[in-house]
Amino acid sequence: MESHDLDLDHDSVYDGLLGDSSQQASQWAFGTDFEDPLAGVDTTIPAGVDGAALAAYCLMLGDDALIYAHRLSEWTSNAPDLEDDIALANIALDLLGQARLLLARAAAADPRVVPPLPDGSPIPPDDALAFFREEPAFRNVRMVEATNGDFAVTIARLLLFATHRLALLQRLTTSLDPVLSAIAAKGVKEVTYHRDYAGRWFVTLARGTEESRRRLVAGLRTVWPMYAELSRRCETEALAAEQAFGVDPGTLADEVDAVIEHVLATSGIERPDLPPSGTGPLGRSGHHTEAMGKLLAEMQVVARAHPMGKW
Amino acid sequence: MSSPRGGSALAVAATVTDPEMPMLTLVDLGVLRDVVEEGERVTVTITPTYSGCPAMATMRDDLRHALLDAGYADVDVRISLSPAWSSDWITEGGRRKLSTHGLSAPGPAPTGPVTLTLTPLRRPIDCPRCGSADVELTSEFGPTACKALYRCRACLDPFEHVKEI
Repeated sequence: MESHDLDLDHDSVYDGLLGDSSQQASQWAFGTDFEDPLAGVDTTIPAGVDGAALAAYCLMLGDDALIYAHRLSEWTSNAPDLEDDIALANIALDLLGQARLLLARAAAADPRVVPPLPDGSPIPPDDALAFFREEPAFRNVRMVEATNGDFAVTIARLLLFATHRLALLQRLTTSLDPVLSAIAAKGVKEVTYHRDYAGRWFVTLARGTEESRRRLVAGLRTVWPMYAELSRRCETEALAAEQAFGVDPGTLADEVDAVIEHVLATSGIERPDLPPSGTGPLGRSGHHTEAMGKLLAEMQVVARAHPMGKW
Repeated sequence: MSSPRGGSALAVAATVTDPEMPMLTLVDLGVLRDVVEEGERVTVTITPTYSGCPAMATMRDDLRHALLDAGYADVDVRISLSPAWSSDWITEGGRRKLSTHGLSAPGPAPTGPVTLTLTPLRRPIDCPRCGSADVELTSEFGPTACKALYRCRACLDPFEHVKEI
């Protein structure tokens, strides 16, 4: 038998993730390895805009996208059929992309928001924000951290979230901050598909079988009380609207409501008559539900175990 | 290593292909926005098709390697977010290549106010394999962010359609 030098070809197939030494920083394995999603983009803060306020606002919008992307990605390999598995994974990917841009924008606007990492860590600011912040530092609404429930709960939540976010991103295309405006313009194209997807499934489930309708009605009732937080103006949004780079979500309510009403009417489903869950401090001020801790534990565990990006 | 010749950086960058749809160059796809050459230094600007497009890093690395191999000493790849990429930027040549490779090219991107479409989109497209117009949408989302899934009712083959955005 021919002798074979195992040392010559035993290299792990994963070695490629680290790349050659000159490229190492670019091969950070947790993200999509483009170390700065805003590389070369002019991130100068416009006159009249406070960097800290802009960073807080971008973090908030980025966290909504990041946390929801993580939740939706839990459907991967679990969705009712292959097409919806792919659809939900794609929607999660779009939101993750928006999250990276928004978190990178936040870090560029105010580097103080980025958690400190050991010297020499290759982890870029957007990944540091995603993986190394503690729960109270996340500013997403509670609605996106809640567990997925069944497919009907997921569709009801996606319809409400995508309808709100599409209206918001459309308004943000005229943000005083050109970076936020560009991120929003791109997001509008993506979220249009998300809203259509959720809207079609909403109608299909409503007009499907007795069981699908029962589940949809129950799903809508599950997510409805948390939905109110999206249009409740927080301090960060008030400041953002005042400085003309952001939107007071209260001013979107009518527009969002008209779309939801149209879907409900087409589906023959009544608007739930339920009060908002929670009137005190909610997700926008870092007060999260039990589900958030478990989500973060899973999302952050690998990165936190390897702050130097190697193992 | 050959030494760079004036104006050739664009020609080199134009040979780099999309990692997900390798029949298309980055020029065909419309993501290569600018190539500026100053001596041995090249600055390339690309734009993402979708915010979460995971191919961006590979495009960046491929551009850098191609230009370094062509003899440029310093290659900087930058991102441009505005204006946002539109499927209208796929060139005529790119559309022909998609079709030759069994993919359906996008129609005109939507313009004007964003509308909610509660019924399945009806695109006037033909099967890229047999040419039949008797096709059905199986999913608005496909194997990459930029594609929808279709099936031809005539030849029964599934195919991918590059979405309009």
